Amino acid sequence: MGETLHEVRARRATGVLRFAPAVTVAVLLLPIVAGLVGTLLPAFGYLPAIGGTSFGFDGWRRLFAAPGIATSIVTTLFTGIAASVLSVLLAIAFCAWAWGRPWTRRVGGWLAPILATPHSAIALGLAFLVAPSGWVVRAISPWLTGWTVPPDVATVGHPGGLALVLGLMVKEVPYLVLMIVGAMHQVAAAPQLAAARAAGYARAEAWLKVILPQIYPQIRLPFYAVIAFSLSVVDVALILGPTNPPTLAVLAVRWFFDADITFYFQASAAAILLVGLVVTVVAGWFLLERVTIVLGRRWIVRGRRHGSINRIVATLAGSGIALFALAVLAIVGMGIWSFAEQWRFPDALPQAWSLANWLRRLQGLAEPAQWTLVLGMAATAIALVLAVACLEHESRAQVKTGSRTLWILYVPLLLPQVAFLFGAQVLLVRLDLDGAVGAVIFAHLVFVLPYLFLSLADPWRSLDPRYARTAASLGASPTRILLRLKLPLLLRPVLIACAVAFAVSVGQYLATLFAGNGRIPTLTTEAVTLAAGADRRVIGAYALMQSALPMLFFLAAALVPALVFRNRRGVQGWQ
Amino acid sequence: MNATQHRPLHLRDVRITLHARELIPGMNLSVAPGECVTVMGPSGCGKSTLLAYVAGTLDPAFRATGRILIGESDITDVAPERRRVGIQFQDDLLFPHLSVGENLAFALTDRVRERQARWRHVEAALEEADLAGFAARDPATLSGGQRARVALLRTLLAEPLVLLLDEPFNRLDAQLRHDFRRFVFDHAVQRGLPALLVTHDAADAQAAGGPVIELR
Repeated sequence: MGETLHEVRARRATGVLRFAPAVTVAVLLLPIVAGLVGTLLPAFGYLPAIGGTSFGFDGWRRLFAAPGIATSIVTTLFTGIAASVLSVLLAIAFCAWAWGRPWTRRVGGWLAPILATPHSAIALGLAFLVAPSGWVVRAISPWLTGWTVPPDVATVGHPGGLALVLGLMVKEVPYLVLMIVGAMHQVAAAPQLAAARAAGYARAEAWLKVILPQIYPQIRLPFYAVIAFSLSVVDVALILGPTNPPTLAVLAVRWFFDADITFYFQASAAAILLVGLVVTVVAGWFLLERVTIVLGRRWIVRGRRHGSINRIVATLAGSGIALFALAVLAIVGMGIWSFAEQWRFPDALPQAWSLANWLRRLQGLAEPAQWTLVLGMAATAIALVLAVACLEHESRAQVKTGSRTLWILYVPLLLPQVAFLFGAQVLLVRLDLDGAVGAVIFAHLVFVLPYLFLSLADPWRSLDPRYARTAASLGASPTRILLRLKLPLLLRPVLIACAVAFAVSVGQYLATLFAGNGRIPTLTTEAVTLAAGADRRVIGAYALMQSALPMLFFLAAALVPALVFRNRRGVQGWQ
Repeated sequence: MNATQHRPLHLRDVRITLHARELIPGMNLSVAPGECVTVMGPSGCGKSTLLAYVAGTLDPAFRATGRILIGESDITDVAPERRRVGIQFQDDLLFPHLSVGENLAFALTDRVRERQARWRHVEAALEEADLAGFAARDPATLSGGQRARVALLRTLLAEPLVLLLDEPFNRLDAQLRHDFRRFVFDHAVQRGLPALLVTHDAADAQAAGGPVIELR
C-alpha cells in the first residue's frame, strides 16, 4: 500500500517522536508480560532454579489443600465485590444528588487530599478510628457506653472483612466521583439536565436517566480497575483485613516470602487464581451491565416521575459524604497521634502533647522519606517525558488514538499486581537487578505512567489546535510551539498530572517490596511493616508523612500556575 | 385538552442582579394564553437569565427577587420539575443515548401509564411533525430541522402550562427558521400556552406577533 503524501509529511514532521508510542507501550507491557509468564510457569510447576523442571498441577493441589483456603477465597470475593459495587453505587448516587449545587464546583479540591493520601496511610488512620480502642469508641466512652477499657471485639481485622471493605471504599468512592465529574464535562450536562427537569424529573432522577447512560462508557474502565484492585489489594488487606485466613492476595505474598521455597509454586498458583477471580467478576459485571441497559431503557421510557429513587439516591449520597468525613478523620487522627505524648483510653484527645515523638523519629524517617522522594520524582519525570512525547506525536502526526490504546494503559491497573510482580521479581533476581534503584523506579513507572497519561490526555487534546496553527503560521518551529506555547498553556494540568503520578508512586507497596527485594525502604513499605503492632505514635508519624508529601505536590500544582499566570485571566480557564 | 390549561403567566416585579450589576430591573409582565411576548436585547443583557429564573434553574451566582405566577398559583419557590414550565433551547438537546421515540416517551407525562398508549402518543406526536415512522431512529441521523421539531414536541409532551423559548431559531438557516417559527407558534396557540421568547432577531419577534420588550 502506498502512503499518501499527507502521511509521509506527517511522519517526517514528527521525527524522533514517532517512536514514542512504541517505547511507551514497551515500558508498560514488557515487564507485565515477562512477569506474568514468570508467574504462570511456576504455577504449573516449571521453575528450574528451585527444582521445578516438569509441568504439573502440584502447586494447585497444594493451594487447594491449604487450610482455610475456601474461606480465604470467599472472603476475597466478598470484600472485593462489596467494596467495588458499593463504591460505584455511592459515587453515582453522590454525583446524581450533588450536581449543580454551588459547593460542588470545587469538589476536585475537596477530594484532592484523600486522593493524594496513599491507601495504606488511610487504612492505618482508619484502623485507629474503628479499632475497639480507637477514636470512635473514645469519643462516646465512657459517657455513652460506660466502657473504661476497650471492648473485646474484632473490628480491625474483622473476619468477614468489613473493615477492609470500608478501607477500600474510603479511597475508591472519591476516585470514581472524580472520574464521573471528568466525564460530565464532555457531555454538556447542564442544559440537558435543565431540559429533563423542565419535563418534570427531579434532580437525581434526571441525572440517572439522562447523564449516567451517556457517561457510563467513560467510567467503565476505571471501575473495572477498581474491581481488580479491590480483589487483589495487599497493603490495605494487611492492615485492615482478616488475618486467619487472610485474603488470597495476602496469602500468596505470605507464601512467596516463605522460608520454604517450595511454597513458591502454590504462591504462583494463588496469584494466577486471583487473575481468574478478577476476570470472572469483571465478566459478571459486564453481563449485569447488559441487563441494566435493557431494563434501564424500559425504566426511562415509562416516564414515571418522582419515584422513590430520589430518596434512595439521597440516602446513598449521605453515606458517601459520611465516608468522606471518615477519611478526613482518619488522616487527622493519625496526625494527632504523632503529636501525642500520652493518650490513655477512653480520653477523646491526648492528655499531653509534644514534639518529642517527631524529634525521636526524625532520624528513622529521613531515609524512607528520601527514597520516597527520589523514586517518586524519577518515575514521574520519566512518565511525563513519555506521555508528552506520545501526546505531541499524536497532535503532530494528526493520528487519533483508538480505544485499544486506552486498554493498554489500563492493563497494569486491571491485572492483580501479584500476578506479574512474582514473576518479575524472579526475573530481576536472575538478572541480578533485584534491589537496584533503577528496577524499583521502573516498577513504579508501570503504575505511574497510566495515571499521568490519563490525567494529562484530556486537557492536552482539548487545547484549541488553532493556537499551534497560528504560531506555526508565524514561523515557530514545532519544538518552539511545544515549549513556549503548549506546555505553558497546559502548565496547570501538567502539574496536576505530575502530582497524581507522584502520589501513585508514594503509595506503591508491593512494587517497591518486590523490585527492591526489601532493601529499599519507603514511607509506605515502612508504615505497612509497622502496622502489625508498633506504637501508634510511630505509625502516626509515618502515615502523616505519607500523606503530607503528595499533598505538598498537589498544593504546588494549585499555587504555581496561579502565581505564574496571576495577570492572565484567560489562562486560569484552562483547567 | 386538560382543564388546568389556558392560564396566563405573570411576572411580578422580577429583579435579577449578578454581583452588583442589575440585569433585570423590576419587570412586570403578563402573558395571556396563546400569546407570545418577546424579550429582545444584545447578548449578555440577561434575557436567558430571565428564562432560567422562570424555569427555576437560575445559577445560584445570581440574586433574584419577584414572583412568578401561572394563573393564581405562585410557582416562585416550586422545584423546577414541578413547575410545568417547558423550555426550548437554542440547541435541540435531544438525548443522544435514546432513540427519537424514546426521547419523546421520556418526556411524555406519566399520566399516560399504559405502555401501548404511551407509544400511540409518541407516534401521534411524530406524525404531527411529519416524522411518522421515525421512532426507532438515532437522533444523530436527523436533519437540523427534524431535530428541532422533535425537540419542541418533546417539550410539549410533558404537558407544560407555559412555554419558554430561549433563542430556539438561532441555529437554523433562513428557510428552516421560517418553517420552524410557524411550527412553534402554531403549537403554542393551538394549546393555549402563554409563551415567552427571548431573541436578538427582530424577525423572530415579528413572527411571534405579540408585545416586544427591549432590554439593554
